[in-house]
Amino acid sequence: MFSKILIANRGEIACRVIKSARAMGIKTVAVYSEADADALHVEMADEAVAVGPAASSESYLVIDKIIEACKQTGAEAVHPGYGFLSENAAFATALDAAGIAFIGPPVGAIKAMGDKIESKKLAQEAGVSTVPGHLEAITDPEEAVKIANGIGYPVMLKASAGGGGKGMRLAWNDDEAREGLVSAMNEGRSSFGDDRVFVEKFIQEPRHIEIQVLGDKHGNVIYLGERECSIQRRHQKVLEEAPSPFLDEATRKAMGEQAVALAKEVDYCSAGTVEFIVDKDRNFYFLEMNTRLQVEHPVTELVTGLDLVELMLRVAYGEKLPLTQKDVKLTGWALEARFYAEDPERGFLPSTGRLVRYSPPKERDGRVRVDTGVREGGEISMFYDPMIAKLITYGEDRNAAIDTMREALDDYYVRGLNHNLAFLSHLVAHPRFREGQMTTNFIAEEYPDGLTPEHMLPTDPKLLAAAGAIIEFCSVNRDKATRGGIMNYSVFIGEEDPTELSLTVEIGKDADIVTFDGGETLEIKSNWTAGMPLFEATVGGRVAIVQIDLTDSGYVLSHAGTRALVRVVEARLAALQRLMPYKPPPDMSKFLLSPMPGLLVRVSVEEGQTVKAGEELAVVEAMKMENVMRAVSDGVVTVLHAAAGDSLAVDQKIIEFE
Amino acid sequence: MQNIIRQLEEKRAHARVGGGEKRIASQHAKGKLSARERIEALVDEGSFEEYDMFVEHDCSDFGMQDQKIPGDGVVTGHGLVKGRPVFIFSQDFTVFGGSLSAAHARKICKIMDQAMKVGAPVIGLNDSGGARIQEGVASLAGYADVFQRNVMASGVIPQISTIMGPCAGGAVYSPSMTDFIFMVQDSSYMFVTGPEVVKTVTNEVVTAEELGGAITHTTKSGVADKAFENDMEAMRQLRRFLGFLPSSNREQPPVQATDDPWDRAEPSLDNLVPPNPNKPYDMKELIQKVVDEGEFFETQPNYAGNIITGFGRFEGHPVGIVANQPMVLAGCLDIASAIKAGRFVRFCDAFNIPIVTFVDVPGFLPGTAQEYGGIIKHGAKLLYAYAEATVPKVTVITRKAYGGAYDVMASKHLRGDVNYAWPTAEIAVMGPKGAVEIIFRADKDDPDKLAEKEQEYREKFANPFVAGSLGFLDDVIMPHNTRKRISGSLRLLRNKKLENPWKKHGNIPL
Repeated sequence: MFSKILIANRGEIACRVIKSARAMGIKTVAVYSEADADALHVEMADEAVAVGPAASSESYLVIDKIIEACKQTGAEAVHPGYGFLSENAAFATALDAAGIAFIGPPVGAIKAMGDKIESKKLAQEAGVSTVPGHLEAITDPEEAVKIANGIGYPVMLKASAGGGGKGMRLAWNDDEAREGLVSAMNEGRSSFGDDRVFVEKFIQEPRHIEIQVLGDKHGNVIYLGERECSIQRRHQKVLEEAPSPFLDEATRKAMGEQAVALAKEVDYCSAGTVEFIVDKDRNFYFLEMNTRLQVEHPVTELVTGLDLVELMLRVAYGEKLPLTQKDVKLTGWALEARFYAEDPERGFLPSTGRLVRYSPPKERDGRVRVDTGVREGGEISMFYDPMIAKLITYGEDRNAAIDTMREALDDYYVRGLNHNLAFLSHLVAHPRFREGQMTTNFIAEEYPDGLTPEHMLPTDPKLLAAAGAIIEFCSVNRDKATRGGIMNYSVFIGEEDPTELSLTVEIGKDADIVTFDGGETLEIKSNWTAGMPLFEATVGGRVAIVQIDLTDSGYVLSHAGTRALVRVVEARLAALQRLMPYKPPPDMSKFLLSPMPGLLVRVSVEEGQTVKAGEELAVVEAMKMENVMRAVSDGVVTVLHAAAGDSLAVDQKIIEFE
Repeated sequence: MQNIIRQLEEKRAHARVGGGEKRIASQHAKGKLSARERIEALVDEGSFEEYDMFVEHDCSDFGMQDQKIPGDGVVTGHGLVKGRPVFIFSQDFTVFGGSLSAAHARKICKIMDQAMKVGAPVIGLNDSGGARIQEGVASLAGYADVFQRNVMASGVIPQISTIMGPCAGGAVYSPSMTDFIFMVQDSSYMFVTGPEVVKTVTNEVVTAEELGGAITHTTKSGVADKAFENDMEAMRQLRRFLGFLPSSNREQPPVQATDDPWDRAEPSLDNLVPPNPNKPYDMKELIQKVVDEGEFFETQPNYAGNIITGFGRFEGHPVGIVANQPMVLAGCLDIASAIKAGRFVRFCDAFNIPIVTFVDVPGFLPGTAQEYGGIIKHGAKLLYAYAEATVPKVTVITRKAYGGAYDVMASKHLRGDVNYAWPTAEIAVMGPKGAVEIIFRADKDDPDKLAEKEQEYREKFANPFVAGSLGFLDDVIMPHNTRKRISGSLRLLRNKKLENPWKKHGNIPL
């Protein structure tokens, strides 16, 4: 086996690879950019080599620097992780030339699968099902009808340059095919100056399901079941699971065998993934093959009990696969949720900053796994991928895995930057997801505006009221020796039109009893003491975790993707609390506020200038993206609150208008 | 006897409604509580004992003899807050607009005198239209009687004012001499002269809110220490605030039981200070990570943000915290921050509250605005306050401690008891760049040489070792151990004895 490998990556995947390598007794070398000098993967590795400035194009993506780092440290092989150089044929070639092993497939496989058209041809040759369609432009409506009938309705008529719904026409019959061709051509011409139109099978209720394959250098290739990754946002996966709730055994086998056939066609000899699109009738069509370790590989690991990184290392060294297809058993269910530094309450804008508090859920008896690349105090910069950790849960069945995921998400405590944990909580609690009724359009259909204020409304006000009351009681009565007593409270949940719940809390030695006005009782066991950010309890035998933030106004409690201000007052003061007016947040409509933390690149207006709606006001850069901010209405600029070059916090004032 | 008891009940009932149900309803409509309701929300259940409920004014001019309401516009007495006694006066806007008559002032003076005798804080809940104009100079005399007592009580018992309605003219000078002023957003204002007079005299058009509302005084003038959203929040936070203060200068601050380990390590503090010395970081993160339970009661959070002041606890014992904030003006000291922190340090010293100081200060803010404004004298206030303080003083230098500002920030030279530095500390006369430009002025056209010398200066002084070798630092500590080291030092210093020479009083540069 290799005695030392280099991981040409950063973040959670670098840490993940180091873990397996270490377990196998292999020394590890990390590489890092200037921005990552303090990063977790650098600390975890046995050695670390600096490879340049923060921008990945000048560090992680520079082939010569990675090879130099290998030579410097004597690393015998390179694991590329995913992204960066993982599917770069030139990199694999360069390593080969330098006599360093590439922990991945052969160069030929990378090249073949990196080309959309070639990979589709290869797939067809290997007998893999591809999306039926006509690869040449058509101009005659009758020809369109003929082809459409050959493919079978419904079909999609697509302008060559089309996208985002433009220049695309769906046809269910001959008439629609004729009309669709003409209008798609017209639209293509007027919008893109290109009237070439193609026709392709339209996939109804599409799902994204992929097959994990694994090969060795001795011609063996097996498949390790599927993963369903239909929960995506703009082609970015959010939730993945294994197995898929949609596949039957026959489809799984057919897909697996086709994936293996394709892998064999290109002499595949590592871990790889064949992605399919599956329609509502379980017809599946090849999309592409990823010639690397996939982000969502842990769900496969949990249901197969295999360590894919270990197996990649073994086959890269030339070992034979230690198992055959018949040894592959899928047991239980695994779910993965991706932690993104992006804000679902603001249209998923990227979020950067310091992880002031970062406490991932406790990993417990193989049911909760956290693949993280960051730690408390780490800086999430604009230079790299906003996906900074993955939370994976396992259960005997799908419901158990989902329930554990919901708990673990409540247990994930992060402060300092905005993130998508609440959004993930909503996704896994959604009835459609519970029932397995998802398609790749799920998020666009169910959460078109991300999380809205309505989504944040508590679904379990009694739990929050009970938690708030116990927190209040234990904050005031701190002497544990005399812990005990009864108190009547009124709990006000929410700011405008708060929900008021009257209750009695009886603090006992082992459990606390909360009795609501009307008689309902909750028995709550918790060892919360003042200062703990998480209120972890069993409520009637069920685990409930509530996150606490203290404010001058009261406790802000978060649970299950919801969040509310909770004010706990002694019952005798409830009438006075009711008199307090709701004060809406100040009107910020006269200000241009920074929608995210970032760098103010440019202010395009001057004080005293009259602006028209739609005019460019300023440009803020975050996560390498320039965001142009435009006037929403006509107005006059009165004050510039920030200047180009300033670092902006979220909601910081940039421009004031009259 | 029966008759007397019945009469008493009637009188009490009459007094309790103050200016009447209608006026209470109008107070409620403005989102305000009545004087008695505020007290109810402030003190422990059933603990309030009222004094002088039947006091009435003795004015007979302008028909006042026909308008008498028992209590005369202020509710006074004492109660318990978390079991500890406090004296309270709560002005009743429903009675003559809460205006101050001679009788009203006498009631306030009575509880202040008693608070001084027993050693308990005085809390004023201000909601008053001003002087009782019908009484003329008698009302003014009443103010002055209160002022005199404010001064006598200063440094003896904590005095806290909560402005919950109007507070204008001479009335502002009583709160101004108390230790802390809190305000309620949208329903309180303070000014010496109101908008009408301002318009007449200076022709400025300004609303009462803009002139003296909670936002003005917590962001622009620095008169108030904190603003709360409404009356209930103000009373709740006042209860919390009192938990940091001793009842008088003869007592130690109250200790609160906590499960937070005294030696809790915070590994993320090891990379709080960014590698680039010009990059800011949030000093509040350090404060929140080292104090008990992350609980920090910040005073003046929106004023002079380049310095942070407020209360926290270590091992349950309250401390006052002063810290430079690199996020605002790079943490420079200026007029406003020196006044803010100077007054805070003196409060802590007066009331036996140890002071923990976190230092990252590049110097005093330069410029004509500062010099013309008198930074020399104002900056000296903080220097004076630290030098004078005899309470335990623990200081941690996290990064820059440059020039005179280093001396000011609770340095060893100002009787700092324990002075620590993080490995990132740089204690020097100034930053390496500025220093080299002065020392090697002759080489100003030779950038290579300057760069080389700057590097040399950086290596020599941009570290804690020079100051350490001179004994100006007691130790260099790892950031993650900061809580442990502060807790231990404060425990050691709990019986510290230090006295200043006898004097009538010092002469702080006002």
